[in-house]
Amino acid sequence: MQKVFQKSALLTDTPFHYCPGCTHGISHRITAEALEELGGKQGIIGVAPVGCAVFAYNYFNCDIQQAAHGRAPAVASGIKRVCPDKIVFAYQGDGDLASIGMAETVHAAARGENITIIFINNAIYGMTGGQMAPTTLIGQKSTTSQGGRTAALQGNPIRICEMLATLDGASYIARVSLHDLKSVVAAKKAVKKAFDYQVAGKGFSLVEILSTCPTNWGMTPENSMEYVKNEMTKVYPLGVFKEV
Amino acid sequence: MSERILMKGNEAVAEAAVRGGCRYFFGYPITPQNEIPEYMSKRLPEVGGAFIQAESEVSAINMVYGAAGAGGRAMTSSSSPGISLKQEGISYIAGAELPCVIVNMVRSGPGLGGILPSQGDYFQSVKGGGHGDYRMLVYGPASIQEAVDITYKAFEKAEKYRIPVMILGDGVLGQMMEPVVLPEMTDIASIPVKEWATDGTKSGKDRRIINSLYIEADVLEGMNNKFAALYERMKAETACETYLADDAEIILTAFGITARIAKSAVDILRESGVKAGLIRPITLYPFPSDIYAQYAAKKTVKQFITLELNLGQMVEDVRLAVNGAKPVDFYGRSGGNIMSPEETVQQVLKKIK
Repeated sequence: MQKVFQKSALLTDTPFHYCPGCTHGISHRITAEALEELGGKQGIIGVAPVGCAVFAYNYFNCDIQQAAHGRAPAVASGIKRVCPDKIVFAYQGDGDLASIGMAETVHAAARGENITIIFINNAIYGMTGGQMAPTTLIGQKSTTSQGGRTAALQGNPIRICEMLATLDGASYIARVSLHDLKSVVAAKKAVKKAFDYQVAGKGFSLVEILSTCPTNWGMTPENSMEYVKNEMTKVYPLGVFKEV
Repeated sequence: MSERILMKGNEAVAEAAVRGGCRYFFGYPITPQNEIPEYMSKRLPEVGGAFIQAESEVSAINMVYGAAGAGGRAMTSSSSPGISLKQEGISYIAGAELPCVIVNMVRSGPGLGGILPSQGDYFQSVKGGGHGDYRMLVYGPASIQEAVDITYKAFEKAEKYRIPVMILGDGVLGQMMEPVVLPEMTDIASIPVKEWATDGTKSGKDRRIINSLYIEADVLEGMNNKFAALYERMKAETACETYLADDAEIILTAFGITARIAKSAVDILRESGVKAGLIRPITLYPFPSDIYAQYAAKKTVKQFITLELNLGQMVEDVRLAVNGAKPVDFYGRSGGNIMSPEETVQQVLKKIK
């Protein structure tokens, strides 16, 4: 029988712990495939966040460090100094990257750290049970914005790509989505490009992936995909924000 | 090289670290330790290393985590408020079994406190500091030469036990100048390869994971028990100096710069006929409890007097070690004030029972 598809060698056989309908699985897969397509000649070191992806070290089949909450870009910077010829990437959620780790994110980009960050924006704290994230949309309900987020009470969502694109150290900044097959293909291309930029030594690259959290959004997986497509992309437009 | 040169404490510690194999330094400005990152920013590129001025102490300690996890000899330094910010990262480093060296040139607190010397970070250094059950190997050098010798060997110790090593200095040690003999440059190639390091050279079943997360209670308890056994083995590193203690009736005890003052006080007391002596812990963790217990058991010893630049921290460990066998008194100064030998003698004479 002809084998027409197999999982990337950069993923282990450990089953994902993610909830049904969550897009972390797709994000892991496209990240692993993009890394694999680099040719495997360069070693890879990953950094796992605190949040739903904390167990990423069980899934990515490479050397990996688990970082404190929000500190993945700092940890990755330290790794890259010791191993400048290796691919170093961090995989972080929105609470990790855009809230507690904002300083680490911005300064890693400003320094032009030659690392790649895969940024999962699902507009909520998933692991801790659905609290408001810095990227929660206006009107979106969470366990700490139960009537829906308002600008007056909880402030406004943060657009990471637009912000980082203003920094000279950033080389490739893109926002993608996973809400349909076409967008998944585009997302993988963006992730691959981000790693290509690192291999070329161009500096900091980040791909923001708009993601779903059916469990904490209180939606079916299908409706969650629709929510990304119809609501999230309005606040977080897809596209390439920086490309040098 | 055996030439004696005059060096400022902070710069001497930085050069000793480089000679001890340190190649990665991550720092953030705070007085009175600024000469360490300043020196490293110039020196490390000369020896093929790297320096980053991080955006915060929090980031700096996490860069140390990353670099140490990738197998590099990594270091950071700060002073008290900055060390408080590093505590979460230090706990992660301890939990993930990573070797590194942290220098704390202590200033007075609490809060923003002041920039003058203090020993107010004793508790923070030897009792954990960050969250969870962990310890560090903590040194309290009393001279720049001792700080140099300890720093030079600190990476070896950190790697032997896979723990963070802390060098607890103070504003005096960091800022004063003394003659020192610097050790030879360590041959980086002679440092054993760390099989556990995530250096990107392995994948698949051979890949390495640096982690401190253990969701299952039994597994985490197993790790904690492993750490407890490690800290027990670490007792082999216990170091302590005694001075005129053999026939002493009154034992002064102090660490770091305060021990230098105490030594002068012992000399003055001896001249005036008081049989005084000194116990000076060099390792603050592990604490040299056995030495205190031995002296406490001696018939000649009547009393211990602990001297510190704080409101009484190490004295608690002295009392635990003496275990009620003899009275343990305390005299301390804080806020950046330092007792003189004469002031110390007067206080000791007042406290003698």
